[in-house]
This record gives sequence, structure tokens and C-alpha cells, in this order.
Amino acid sequence: MIKAAEAMVKCLENEGVKVVFGYPGAAICPFYDELTHSDIRHVLVRREDNAGHAANGYARISGKPAVCIATSGPGATNLLTAIATAYADSVPLVCITGQVSTDQIGCDVFQEVDITGAAEPFVKNSYLIKDASQLPRIFKEAFYIAGTGRNGPVLIDVPVDIQQTMIDFQYPEKVELRTYKPTVKGNSFQIKKVCEALKISERPLICAGGGVISAKACDELRALAEKTRIPVVSTMMGLGIFPSAHPLYMGMLGMHGVRTANEAVSKCDTMILIGARVGDRAVRSPKFLAETTKIIHIDVDPAEIGKNMHVDIPLVGDCKHILQELTEKLGSAERADWLAELSEVKNTVPKEDETEGYVNPKMFIRKLSAKLSENTICVADVGQNQIWTCNNFQFKGGRFLTSGGMGTMGYSVPAAVGAKFASPDSEVVAICGDGSFQMQMMELATIVQEKIPVKIILMRNNRLGMVRELQTNLYKDNQTAIHIADGNPDFVALAEAYGIRAERVCTMAEAEAAIEHLCSSKEPYLLECNVWRNESTL
Amino acid sequence: MKHTISILVENHAGVLSRISGLFSRRGFNIDSLAVGRTDDPEISRVTIVADGDEHTVEQLEKQLNKLIDTIKVKTLSHKELLPRELQLIKINANPQQRGEILTVCEIMGAKIVDISANTMTLEISDTPAHLMRFEELIRPYGIKEIVRTGVIAIQKGSDTIKK
Repeated sequence: MIKAAEAMVKCLENEGVKVVFGYPGAAICPFYDELTHSDIRHVLVRREDNAGHAANGYARISGKPAVCIATSGPGATNLLTAIATAYADSVPLVCITGQVSTDQIGCDVFQEVDITGAAEPFVKNSYLIKDASQLPRIFKEAFYIAGTGRNGPVLIDVPVDIQQTMIDFQYPEKVELRTYKPTVKGNSFQIKKVCEALKISERPLICAGGGVISAKACDELRALAEKTRIPVVSTMMGLGIFPSAHPLYMGMLGMHGVRTANEAVSKCDTMILIGARVGDRAVRSPKFLAETTKIIHIDVDPAEIGKNMHVDIPLVGDCKHILQELTEKLGSAERADWLAELSEVKNTVPKEDETEGYVNPKMFIRKLSAKLSENTICVADVGQNQIWTCNNFQFKGGRFLTSGGMGTMGYSVPAAVGAKFASPDSEVVAICGDGSFQMQMMELATIVQEKIPVKIILMRNNRLGMVRELQTNLYKDNQTAIHIADGNPDFVALAEAYGIRAERVCTMAEAEAAIEHLCSSKEPYLLECNVWRNESTL
Repeated sequence: MKHTISILVENHAGVLSRISGLFSRRGFNIDSLAVGRTDDPEISRVTIVADGDEHTVEQLEKQLNKLIDTIKVKTLSHKELLPRELQLIKINANPQQRGEILTVCEIMGAKIVDISANTMTLEISDTPAHLMRFEELIRPYGIKEIVRTGVIAIQKGSDTIKK
């Protein structure tokens, strides 16, 4: 017999967990007490949502469910935004929260909140453990559910008295769930229909989403596209699947996408959506698109197919398997005219102007990405900095992380910390704005304490720039609640106060020199770029 | 259009709130919801009558299937459906009216389950349409209280939810 708290640690060890991110509190103390006897490394963040974002970055890079921990009440509610962020981007998390003692549940005692109830709309599944003997089974199920099918966060709420209960521990070898059996193999009849549709299509287009990355099917997608010469656009979550310079790659589509990608979407006769959920920012008028284009939708989640757009050929399954099968079945093609038409648009590079005394963020990101090594992990925050990064970062084979679905500001720095733990040899760069940085700047402490050399680019325009642009365009330039200059600290001095090397640059020439410093530094580093207040998003 | 959806779920705590939460979250209106355990004590059966077009119902089925606790979802077509609802009605009834009410109950297949000096309590179980007719017939006496269970339904013939 062992304490259930010790069993929790053993469950994590059995799942191969090496690093967890969390913040302790009274209701989770028995678990923390036992964690000290394990080799699992605990990373202490400075606010619970950042534990969730760090686990998010870790999970996306490692390709396995990652663990974050918080205490009951406010610890758990702080975690909510991170859970919702992971849910929106289908990231596998196992979130562990402490809960007040079972005999006190429902009495509104200190730091009590119904967290399984609160998180219900954005978890893949959740558990409130009331019987300690069920704990090993629940942990096994949680990891399995989080990391299979369409990935997502699973919450386990463990009352403090349950953690103290003695149980017989045996970690189950397999999961027995009669209700949950994700489809892996695609239906052969549907695959045949897809092949037939692609054979007769003259202007087919692949739209690749984050699901391709979750399924670890980037190579399979590239093999299919290269054999059949079908051009590819990506959603924001699909950025990085194709190298930016690949001749078949036409960029990110949608509201904030590039012209080439959007022209490809409007001109194609058949569109194959793969692991993409027809989000409103990616496909603004799905009804119109479906009327003019034959739509093939491949997704592991049947509920996504037909949710936002009429689909001609639905195909449910794991896209790794499906793409392999399609590549085998489809013959090679040329499509010279269709590709030439798109390449013409792609090769017209927009001219960027420099404004005196400022760093042009678009030029800067292009230059930065050219200097960074191939396996760099780039994490963009939310706002103008995100779109500048999406459209100008030259992906060469590394990874791109961002909060695409939820658009959670304050994601980049903690997610970068998690990514660096998952891949210590990769360069990890977080790009954020002065607005989003201030939602996460407490994590500088985590970076310093854990000696995690992530690099931070801070685009300071003294505005909440995305909202400023919205107000300019749609609200008669009535700029309100977006001015942050008067409160902005000296970011360089702030970073230095934490012991992090930092620089401020105001011209492209200075920025280029700083990029060299950033790339050569083995330590954490913060670069503040002075950006013109009215710089446009696109 | 009204749809009758039958759902088999694991008989766990919190399952019902997941299902009802899903309906409100996705903007579906529930007319009635009834739940009870099946022959297998680990499995509950939920019957929901909801309003919506074909696309809505298809989405609803898919979203219900995504819940880890869901075993089976089936929208029962009106042709193959045997719907039933139980209703308890307390009406005003003085001793002179009792005979008349008894006749209505006999014709409509209702039972008298309780009686007091000036009220009667009636029980009827039938299709929602039949219940409506009965309610109209009994209304003139003065309805004091009505309770209904919500519709439950099973398929006609040998088919079951599993097939």
C-alpha cells in the first residue's frame, strides 16, 4: 500500500514524464511532498496559466501529453485560460489540480471551486477523483485520451484527502474504454472517391492545418504534394509544415494571410482540407467557397467535417495513414500552368519602407529568420507581432508555435520555456508585443531560475496595435484604451533587473547587429525593437 | 422541426451536466430531457426532444459522440418511434363532479391515483399528443398542478438502439 499522492507521481513516471510545470498550494501539497522523491523535474512558474502554456509548448514539441499542476480554487481558475488555449489548438495536456477535502466539497470552504464544472466546455474529458483506488486507472485514461484521436486537455481534480489515502498501486497496462475509439484508418470507399476527384481536378489545392503536425504527418504531406504537384497553403496552425521557400508552398491563407494563398483558394477547383477546422479567420466565407469549389475534408474528428462548411467528400481518420495511402494510389502529375499562375503572384515581393528611428518589424523578422538555425522553434504571441511573424518568418524546417484558436495574449514566453525544455538543443525565440509581454513578464523569473536560455523579441509600439488598427479602420480612428506608453517600463532595465541581457534597437542597422548578439548568445536574451505606432498588420 | 434523440451513456456523476451543457453551449433548444438507468446498471439512457434542422441534428449527434462517456447516439425517426410521457394532474373536483371525471378518465385511459374532499389526482401515460387532448378535456374543472416526466421513446419492431 502506498499513499495516493505517491501513486500520482508513479503514474507520471510510468507515462515517461520528465518535466512538469506548476505552482503549489495547500490542496496539492501531498503530491508535491512525494514529487521530491522522483527524478521528474518540476518547473516553478510564476502564475498558474503559464504552467499550462509551458506544458502546451512542451507537448507540441515533444509530441506527447505534457503535465501542468495547480492548487484548488484560484490556482485552478488561473489555469482555465491555458486549458481553453490548449483545447482550441488541440494540444494534449494532463492538468492536475488539488481540490479541497471530499467531506468539504460543496460547503464553499477556503479555496474551493468546482473546477471540473468550470472547465467542462473546453476539456476533452475531466475527472474528479472520489475513490482513491481508481486513481491509477484515471491517470492512465487521461494520458491516453489527451494524446490520441484529436488531441486535447484532460483535467484531473484530486481532493487533498484522496491524495493522503493509502491504496494498492498497480499501473494499468492498457486502457479499457468501451466508448472511446478514435478512427485511424480512412474508409477505403471514401479514399477512392478522393483519388477520383483529384484525378479530374485541374487546379487542386491542399490546405494544411495543425492536425498534420499533431499527426506527425509533415513528411507524408510533403511526399503527397511533391508526387502529385498539388500546391499547398496552410492555416496559422499549419505554419512550418512546409518550408517557406518550397516551390509548392503558397503561404498562409485567411483574413491575415498572404495574397498568393488567398488567390490560390479563390482560383482552385478542388480544395483538400487536411487537419484544418475551417476557422473563421482562415476561411471567411465558407458558404461561398463551398458553392464554387469541390471540398474534400480529411480530419480525425468527425465533428469538424461539415461543421462550418458543406463538404463534398468527408474522410475521417489519422492523416498520417490517409496521406500515405493517397500517395500510393495517386499518380504523379505536372500541373505546370496552375503552378506557374500561382508562382507569379508568390514571387512579387511587396516593398517595405523604413521609417526613420524605427525598426520595420516585417523586414526584421525576415532578417532574423534568415540568420536563425534551421531547427529554430519560433513562438509568436498574439496581436500584430503574431501576424508579422506568420507572414514574414522564413520557415526552414523548425517549428512554429502560437495560440491560433483562442488568441491568448501572454502565450509566447511560457510556451517558449516549455518548448526549450522539450528540445534543449533547439534555438527557441519568443516574439511578442509590449502589450502581450506585460501579460507574462513574471516568467522572466522562471527563465532565470531554471537557467533556460530562451530569446525574447519585444516589438514595442506603445500601443495595443491590433486593436488600434481595428479602431482606426472600423471605429473612425476613435483610439481608446490602447495607449500603453505612459505605463510602459524601461524593458531593457526590467530584463536587466532579472539578470537577463537586453538591448534596445531603433534602426534596422542596429537591429541587424543585435540579431548577431541574439544568435550567438548562450544565455537568455531580450531584444526590444522600437516599432512605429501606426505600422500596419499586413 | 422536433427530433427525438436517444443516448446511451456511462452512468457516471456529471454525465448529465456534460450533455445538457453541450446543448446550451452549441445553441440547441431542449424541449424535454428524461434520464434513467437501463437493464445494465452501469449504463443510463437519456431521451432528449430538441428543435432544429437536419444540419443542427447532425452536428448535435457528432458533438454528443465526442463526449467520452457517450456509448451510442441515435436520432429516432418519427415513423419508427414509440414515444411515451407520464403526467400527473391535480384538479379541482367536488363530490358531484367525480363521476363525470371518472368517465373522461376511462375513455382517455387515465387513472385516478388520489382523492381529497375537493381535489382528484389523475395519472396518464401516453403520447404527448394524447396528453395534450386529455389536458384540454380536464382543464374546465380547474387544474391545480401538473407534473410531466418528459418524453421517453423506444423503436417499433425488433430494432433497438444498439442496432
